[in-house]
Amino acid sequence: MEERDFLQLGIYLLALVAFTPLLGRFMARVFNGERTLLSTPLGAVERGIYKLGGVDATREMSWSGYAGAVLVFNLVGCVLTLVQLMTQAWLPLNPEHLPNLPFPLALNTAVSFMTNTNWQAYSGESTMSCLSQMAGLAVHNFTSAATGVAVVLALIRGLTRRQAGTLGNFWADLTRSTLYVLLPLSLIFAVVLVSQGVVQNFRTYDTATLVAPYETEVAKNDAAGQPVKDAQGNAVMEKKRVTEQVIPQGPAASQIAIKQLGTNGGGYFGQNSAHPFENPTPVSNFLEILAIFLIPSALVYMFGVMAGDRRQGWSIWAAMCALFLVGFAVLWWAELQPNAATGLAASLEGKEVRFGQFGSALFATATTDASCGAVNTMHDSLSPLGGLVTMVNMMLGEVVFGGVGAGLCGMLMFVILTVFIAGLMVGRTPEYLGKKIEAAEIKCAVVAVLAPCVLILIGTAIAVSCEAGPGTINNQGPHGLSEILYAFTSAAANNGSAFAGIGVNTNFFNCALAAVMFLGRFAIIIPVLAIAGSMARKKASPPSAGTFPTTGATFTLLLLGVIIIVGALTFLPVLSLGPIVEHFLIQAGRIF
Amino acid sequence: MKPKSSILDPALIRPAILDSFKKLDPRVQWANPVMFVVLVGSLLTTFFTFAHFTGFNLQLTLWLWFTLLFANFAEAMAEGRGKAQAATLRKMRTTTLARRLVKDREEQVAASELAKGDLVVCEANDVIPGDGEVAEGIASVDESAITGESAPVIRESGGDRSAVTGGTRVISDRIVIRITSEQGNAFIDRMISMVEGAKRQKTPNEIALGILLVSLTALFVLAVFTLPAFAHYSEKAAGQSGVVNVTIPVLVALLVCLIPTTIGGLLSAIGISGIDRLVRRNVLATSGRAVEAAGDIDVLLLDKTGTITMGNRMAVAFHPAPDIEEGYLAASAQLSSLADETPEGRSVVVLAKEKFNLRAREMHELHAEFIPFKAQTRMSGVEIPASDVQPAVSIRKGAAQAVQNHVESLGGEFPIAVTRIVEEVSRRGATPLVVAEGRKTLGVIELKDVVKGGMKERFAQLRRMGIRTVMITGDNALTAGAIAAESGVDDFMAQATPEDKLRRIREEQAAGRLVAMTGDGTNDAPALAQADVGVAMNTGTQAAREAGNMVDLDSNPTKLIEIVEIGKQLLMTRGALTTFSIANDVAKYFAILPAMFGGLYLATGAARGPLSALNIMGLHSPESAILSAVIFNALIIIALIPLALAGVQYRAVGAAQVLRRNVLIYGIGGLLAPFVGIKLLDVALVALHLA
Repeated sequence: MEERDFLQLGIYLLALVAFTPLLGRFMARVFNGERTLLSTPLGAVERGIYKLGGVDATREMSWSGYAGAVLVFNLVGCVLTLVQLMTQAWLPLNPEHLPNLPFPLALNTAVSFMTNTNWQAYSGESTMSCLSQMAGLAVHNFTSAATGVAVVLALIRGLTRRQAGTLGNFWADLTRSTLYVLLPLSLIFAVVLVSQGVVQNFRTYDTATLVAPYETEVAKNDAAGQPVKDAQGNAVMEKKRVTEQVIPQGPAASQIAIKQLGTNGGGYFGQNSAHPFENPTPVSNFLEILAIFLIPSALVYMFGVMAGDRRQGWSIWAAMCALFLVGFAVLWWAELQPNAATGLAASLEGKEVRFGQFGSALFATATTDASCGAVNTMHDSLSPLGGLVTMVNMMLGEVVFGGVGAGLCGMLMFVILTVFIAGLMVGRTPEYLGKKIEAAEIKCAVVAVLAPCVLILIGTAIAVSCEAGPGTINNQGPHGLSEILYAFTSAAANNGSAFAGIGVNTNFFNCALAAVMFLGRFAIIIPVLAIAGSMARKKASPPSAGTFPTTGATFTLLLLGVIIIVGALTFLPVLSLGPIVEHFLIQAGRIF
Repeated sequence: MKPKSSILDPALIRPAILDSFKKLDPRVQWANPVMFVVLVGSLLTTFFTFAHFTGFNLQLTLWLWFTLLFANFAEAMAEGRGKAQAATLRKMRTTTLARRLVKDREEQVAASELAKGDLVVCEANDVIPGDGEVAEGIASVDESAITGESAPVIRESGGDRSAVTGGTRVISDRIVIRITSEQGNAFIDRMISMVEGAKRQKTPNEIALGILLVSLTALFVLAVFTLPAFAHYSEKAAGQSGVVNVTIPVLVALLVCLIPTTIGGLLSAIGISGIDRLVRRNVLATSGRAVEAAGDIDVLLLDKTGTITMGNRMAVAFHPAPDIEEGYLAASAQLSSLADETPEGRSVVVLAKEKFNLRAREMHELHAEFIPFKAQTRMSGVEIPASDVQPAVSIRKGAAQAVQNHVESLGGEFPIAVTRIVEEVSRRGATPLVVAEGRKTLGVIELKDVVKGGMKERFAQLRRMGIRTVMITGDNALTAGAIAAESGVDDFMAQATPEDKLRRIREEQAAGRLVAMTGDGTNDAPALAQADVGVAMNTGTQAAREAGNMVDLDSNPTKLIEIVEIGKQLLMTRGALTTFSIANDVAKYFAILPAMFGGLYLATGAARGPLSALNIMGLHSPESAILSAVIFNALIIIALIPLALAGVQYRAVGAAQVLRRNVLIYGIGGLLAPFVGIKLLDVALVALHLA
């Protein structure tokens, strides 16, 4: 913990606090249909898109209409990408002549990008053609983030409109968030990234001769490319001398910009933001971390503006920021502790030395908080408590700023639960923003909050019980459980980051995780929209001294309490058998 | 009808214990999913214990059943208290004969055979056989059986005092009553079914809370029953076997500790006792929903007369005209009022006595002739013939304009100064009465509607609770404004007609506010029906009583404030116990998780596994830890029964303050209490060699 680290943290928070109202105010204007700086250059484009799509942007949708549009748009996009990935060998822009993807991997990838998860069971540079990256995955990076924004807009309208039957037009929200927010920000950010050395080209991969060649063992493949097995069924290994390195190229900067800004996280390269071409310098590292929180944080401010009371936004923001800082403090501290098992003074395994513990810890916290899933460090190599923090961040439902749109939706579900439980204690039937919270809303909020919990627990339980799960684990002992738990947590929370350490490109994991990602996305979106619909219809009662205050420190603390208690009560048992027991074991010097 | 039993009346405990066992019926438990899960768990554990008998399993099984019984006991106690009241009420439901009028001929029928629209005759000492309206006659009625008020009340046909209630007794005179409700649907029947909880439907908030509790329960079922999978994986990973205790009794113990049994077990008791508290204050609600709505009230519409003010204008000051002694004015005013039996007249006499110690004189000694108030003259007064001691005196008092006309018609002059006093008094919202003797104007009596004591504080309290009070009065705006200012209400409606009331309620509701009002007259009925909480006075008309969703048997308009408090208390109790229940879980994890997993990854030669570090309470053994958690979970239900029945303490302060206080007590308290409780139980179990 050096002074410059604290300085960097301070600058980070300052930058976040500074950008939040700027972008938040801008977005409020954009989504309220008011004029902004960008209206002149982009207004014609927006109208052109509506004309092309035959959309009447002023036609408002009911909640079910809105939900239908969200589902249709996402499912069609998912199927198109699935087809594209399974036929990429025959499509253009494939300089490395990469083969078609098998169905389970293609399905997993298509669902993963459609749901803003960007779980990658593959390594980009050796699996995806340039066209797949740009016209398939990068498009989803935009549309999945825009979908998140659209859903939270519908929710905010539901909470703030009075006796209204409609929530806005999905197509207009989708277009506006892409056109006015995601595209301009990505463009600027991509240029900045290029200035730091991130590649953006269509060249074939470079080859470089190694200065220091080395020998390694690799699995021996037969003529058909299948691994050769010995009598016991173990892979036969052969020695291989490595003398040259392939250096992948491609249009990386454009995709990295949106993968950070859209909290997608799917890297261009397998190593994601640990790769020098994806995240070359401490400056790019700082900016990439800032980009993760930028839109989710601004959306909270935008909510305050739209609710007519900025404090409503800041109170939620404060809860998010507190969870972020506590998580970061624990993770950072844990990474700085000497490793009792190896005797090393600090754990740098799996970290890029250009970022060190601080840069890695901040990235790891932000990316798991915000459902981004980009990584600049190997989460599998984090200390047990560090790994615990990344998992807890996701288990809380990705509400610490969270995914673009999805994070605020999830947080507002927690707000509804908090208002319901605590609101009763002031002696009124609970209400939020003047609107009564009744059985229908509680039903939906509970589904949205508990769906990821259920998916994580059931998914992990099945995986550890059948051979398909443990079979692919590299690590034994409690760390193996953590690896499986992390995979399902990441998928259910639509995070997409990987603990790794397990081979997930198996039919079992590809299909199970695809299902979990899908449910983890839409089991939240549908109830959120239903709440928006039912809240929009209600009358709002003006606040009085007897109303439960949803601003201020008391409320923020209560909200924190509910989030932590729900998370802790659900996951403490399984976490105690994973990272917690591993922590105690490492303290005792035991490893597996 | 005012049983003043303590919260845990010994006479109620015995039947409640019996009921606790009867309620183990799965069909009863099914209505409460949280406790149904406990029932299923208890059954599973019982079977398991038969198959694998150990002292530990036996104790665990017993305590699980106790958990169920304790929750049942809470509900049975709440119902028992209601039933005790219902029994008192039922005694009043007469089996005596009613005298039905058929074509002017009386016939004797059982009260239970009366139908709506029947006419019955009641004379002195007859019990009124059913709810109805006086169709003919006037009588005094003893309603103490229902209201507890011993003074008889007058009931007469027509007007606003025509409603009578079955079970009350006619004391004098004869009335003919038209029965207005079918038997079994009368007031008393509804009251009985409400307090017994027989027809108690879940209120909207209860349903919403129920959903939350069921969802949490489902989540915990999942969290607990996925544990064996993780545990077995961990055993394999640790290269151990049989070190994790995930037998059925232990899993059920963990589950029962985690699911919100505290609130689940007490939820219906809280609801029943809320209604019960209303009945104790002599308010009859037609639904639990109305009680809940009372907690949400934003605006109270209160009638000025009788609620905010004493209802009668009283003389408060004498303002003499120039050159007139105040004492002389007082004496004349007193003289003119001696025979005036109106409250206003009496108050003049009282004021004169208070201020100048003027004793009332005997009218007949003076041979005085009283001139009563007439609508045409708008004056009253007195004519005293000339006698030995004094010449003839003619005194008039009345409205300023009338007295001015009177004085001027006699050739007198109405002083400008008096006109000014009159204006001054009017501006203060008081009523000026001008007194004249012959053609000489003596001065002005100031009459004022007196605001009841303590109302200002009450309204300030309401304001802190976030409730606005609106005074409704037929007075002109000037008078209304003055009284509003004096009583401290937030707003007033002057010269309000029933239509104005209705319109005001609709306006408030359109702005999203919940409105409560009281009313008694037939013309209040639409407003009572429109209000979210409409409290009809029992002295009111049948129409008003049908329109409201509550009836105040004491006919006390300020009762509305208490009703609001009861509603708030009900919701607060629910919220507080839910918070407490959930906060409790944290400690239970720290008891049970190390007990289950303490042996995992045990190093050779070590006494405890690494996860024993989570045993921060330092509990003696896995068995004692699990037992302590389960026992604590069961006992806390018993411990909180008084709170559930009495409701959490309510104070009229702002929401933010109430919240902080309750979060501190039930949130933080709920987090810490089980750490202490479980540790103490653990120590006790070890001392008793039970674990």
